[in-house]
Amino acid sequence: MDFELSPEEEAFRDEVRRFLDENLPPVEERKPEFEGEWQRKVRDKRWVGFSWPSDVGGGGGSIMEQVILKEEMSDRRAPSLGTCFMGLAWVGPSIIHYGNETQKQRFIPEILDGKYQWCTGYSEPGSGSDLASLQCKAVREGDEYVVNGQKIWTSLAPWAEWIILLVRTSSDGPAKHDGITCLLVPMKSPGVDVRPIKNMAGSAVFAEVFFDNVRVPAENRLGEEGQGWQVTVSALASERSSISEVQGLVRRYAELKELAQTTQKNGRPASAHGPLRARLVRVETRIEAMRLNGLRFLTKQLKGEKLGSETSINKLHRANLEIEMGEIALEICGNAASVASGEATPGGGKWQHFSLSWPEVVIGGGTPNIQRNIIAERILGLPKD
Amino acid sequence: MNFGFSEEQEILRGEVRKFLDEHAPLEEVRRQAEATDGFSRELWSRMSALGWVGLTIPEAYGGAEMGLVTSVVLLEEAGRGLFPSPLVSQTLAAQAIMRAGSDEQKQRFLPGLADGSRIATVALLEESDRFDPEGIALLAAPDGDGEVLRGRKCCVSDASAADLFVVVYRSSAGVGPDGISLAVIEKGGAGVSVDAHPSVDLTKRVSTLTLDGVRVDEGIRLGAAGSAWPTVSYIFDVGATLVTAEAVGSAEGGLAMTTAFAKERTQFGSPIGRFQGVKHPLAEMYVDVESFKSLAYYAAWALDQSADDAAIAVSRAKAYASEVLPGMGLQGVELHGGIGYTWEYDIQLYLKRARWVRPMFGDADHHYQRVAALGGL
Repeated sequence: MDFELSPEEEAFRDEVRRFLDENLPPVEERKPEFEGEWQRKVRDKRWVGFSWPSDVGGGGGSIMEQVILKEEMSDRRAPSLGTCFMGLAWVGPSIIHYGNETQKQRFIPEILDGKYQWCTGYSEPGSGSDLASLQCKAVREGDEYVVNGQKIWTSLAPWAEWIILLVRTSSDGPAKHDGITCLLVPMKSPGVDVRPIKNMAGSAVFAEVFFDNVRVPAENRLGEEGQGWQVTVSALASERSSISEVQGLVRRYAELKELAQTTQKNGRPASAHGPLRARLVRVETRIEAMRLNGLRFLTKQLKGEKLGSETSINKLHRANLEIEMGEIALEICGNAASVASGEATPGGGKWQHFSLSWPEVVIGGGTPNIQRNIIAERILGLPKD
Repeated sequence: MNFGFSEEQEILRGEVRKFLDEHAPLEEVRRQAEATDGFSRELWSRMSALGWVGLTIPEAYGGAEMGLVTSVVLLEEAGRGLFPSPLVSQTLAAQAIMRAGSDEQKQRFLPGLADGSRIATVALLEESDRFDPEGIALLAAPDGDGEVLRGRKCCVSDASAADLFVVVYRSSAGVGPDGISLAVIEKGGAGVSVDAHPSVDLTKRVSTLTLDGVRVDEGIRLGAAGSAWPTVSYIFDVGATLVTAEAVGSAEGGLAMTTAFAKERTQFGSPIGRFQGVKHPLAEMYVDVESFKSLAYYAAWALDQSADDAAIAVSRAKAYASEVLPGMGLQGVELHGGIGYTWEYDIQLYLKRARWVRPMFGDADHHYQRVAALGGL
C-alpha cells in the first residue's frame, strides 16, 4: 500500500495548482464574465475532455492525472471543466467509440467547446429500470429514419440542441436488446415536442419529449442498426472510481456539520444532541468508506483492470447518504424546516431544496433496487429475476 | 498510488488460504475448538514454522518483521473459516513488548513468541469494561523496589493457553492516563490464576485472570512505572484493527455460505436466491463488508505509518464493523430458515463470531463517539 504520487504526478498536480493560483479567484470575487474566460482557459489547457484521446482533441490524461485534476478543481471550488455536461459525460465517449470519422469531426469539437447542450432520450413511460423494453419506434425510409414515440425524464431537454436517442428499429431478434438503434437527433427537427415536467422541488429541469413523424438522416445513426444497446451500455459502463462524487459528499457533509454546530436546539448546538450526533458521525464514516472504496477501484483501474459491477457499492452508499443528509438537515432546522426560503430558515431554504432533490441522483443512475440486483446477480452470482 | 496488497502479501494470502482449506475446514474447526485450550497445538506449531505467528516481530528476535497490513491478510484468511487460534492475542502481546520493552526484555520474550513456543495474551479490561484510562483501576501496592498486584482482569482472550500475560495496571492512584503501567507476568508464578469461562463463540476462549499478590519488578515491567498509557492506547487500536480484519474474513465466510444456500435451496419452484427478498439483503451485506474492509485496510496502513489520522481511521473501521456484523449474522441464520437454527449447521457459528467481535476493543457506540470527538463534531 502506498498513497504517494509519483514525481511526474506531483509535477502535474503542481501545474494544476499554479494554474488555479493564477486563474481562479475566490468564489465571492468571481465576476459575471469570469465563467467565459475560465472556460476558454481550461479548453486551451486541454482539460476539457481531459480523459479523451488527444487525436480527437481531448487531453489524453492518464487515470491518475484525471483524479488529480478533479481533486484539485473540487478542493478550490472551480467551475466545471467544459459546459456540455452530457456531451462530456457519455455522448462524446459513445461517439468516440462508435462514431464514424464524419461524426467525430462534427460533434467532438462542439462538445469540447460547449457550443450547446445535449440531452439523453433513453427512458420512456413504460421503460424505466427495464430500459431494453423501450418502444419509441424508428422506420427506415430511404436515407432517413422516421421516428414516432415518447421519451420521459429527459434532463436539460428544454435547453438542448441535440438528443442522443434510443429507438426500436426491429422487434424480431431473440432478445429485446437486439432491435435497438442509437440516433443523434436535432431537437429543432419538425415533429419534436418538449413538455417540461416540474419536479417535487419545484424545478423544471427535465421534460417529456414527443416524436411525431420526425425524419432523421440515416447518417445520424451512431453505430450499426441494432447496435444501440451496446452503444449505450458501453457509455454507461465506462464506470469511474466515484472520486468526484465523494468530493461532493465531503463538501455537503462539511456544510451539514456547520449547520449542526451553529443551530441551537433546546439551548444547545444540534451537534451536541446524542441521536443527531450519532447520525452525523455515521454519515461521516460512510463517506470515508466510499472514499476508500473508490481508491480500491482506482487501484484496480491503475492495474489495467476494467471496473464493473462493484461500482454499485458506492452508488448504493451515495443514494443512502443523499437522502440521510437531507433528513438530518431538516431535523436540525426544526420547525423552520417548514419555511421554503428566506431568512426565517437556516441556509435560506437550501436544505429544503436539497432534501427534495435526491431523486435526481438516487433514481437517475439506476434505482437502489437495480443496484442491489446488479450486485446480487453479477457479483454474488444469484439467479436473475 | 496503490491501495492494494503487494505481490508478496497476495502470495501469503494464497498460502494461508490453501493451508486452512486443507487443515481447518469447519468440521475440523469444531473438533479443534473442543480441545482443552480451544485450538490445535499442532497447527499452531506448523504455522509458527511458516513464520506466520511472528509476522510482525523484528527479524532480530526471530520474526518476519512485517507490518500490520500483512497481519491483516493473515487474519482475514483465518477469519473466513473461523479458524481458532491465539493469533490476535499473540500479536498484541508482542506489539506491547516491542513498543514498551527494553532490549533485554525483547531478547527475553520475543523469540519465544516469534517461534510460537510460548503463547501470550494481553489483560486489559476490568469489571468496568471501559477502553479509556478510567477503566484501569487495578492499583499496585508499593513493595520495596517493586510493586505487588492484587485484583482481577476480565475478558482475557486465550488466557487458558497463555504462558505470558501482558497486564495493564496502575502504579499510582487516579483516573487519567498518568500512572498506568504494563508488566509481563508469567503463568505459574505465585498468585497467578486463570478461570476459563464457557464461551458462546466456540472458536474463541475467554477467561478471568486473578492476580493475588503478584510481584512486579523492573525486570518484567515494560518501561518506567506510570508511563504506559500511550502503549496501551496503541494496543487498543491495533486490537480493534486486527479484530476487524478477522471479521472481514468471517463476514465474507458467512455471506458465502448463505449465498451458496440461496442458490441451492428451492421453494415455490425456484432457487430462493432469485427472490428479491433474499437477494437484496445479501447484496446489502456485500456492500457493508466491502466498506468496512476498505476502512480496516486503511486503518492498518495508517497504524503502520503512524499517520496523523490513525486513531480516527481505526475507530471508523471498528464502528462500522461492530454496527453491521450482528445484523449480518442474524440475517444469515434467518435466510437459512429452520436448518440455520440447528447446532449442527455452521451458519450459527458466524452469528456467534459476529457477536464476539461486536464489543471487542470497543463497540460501535464507543468508536462512533471517538470518531465524533476526533473529527471535531
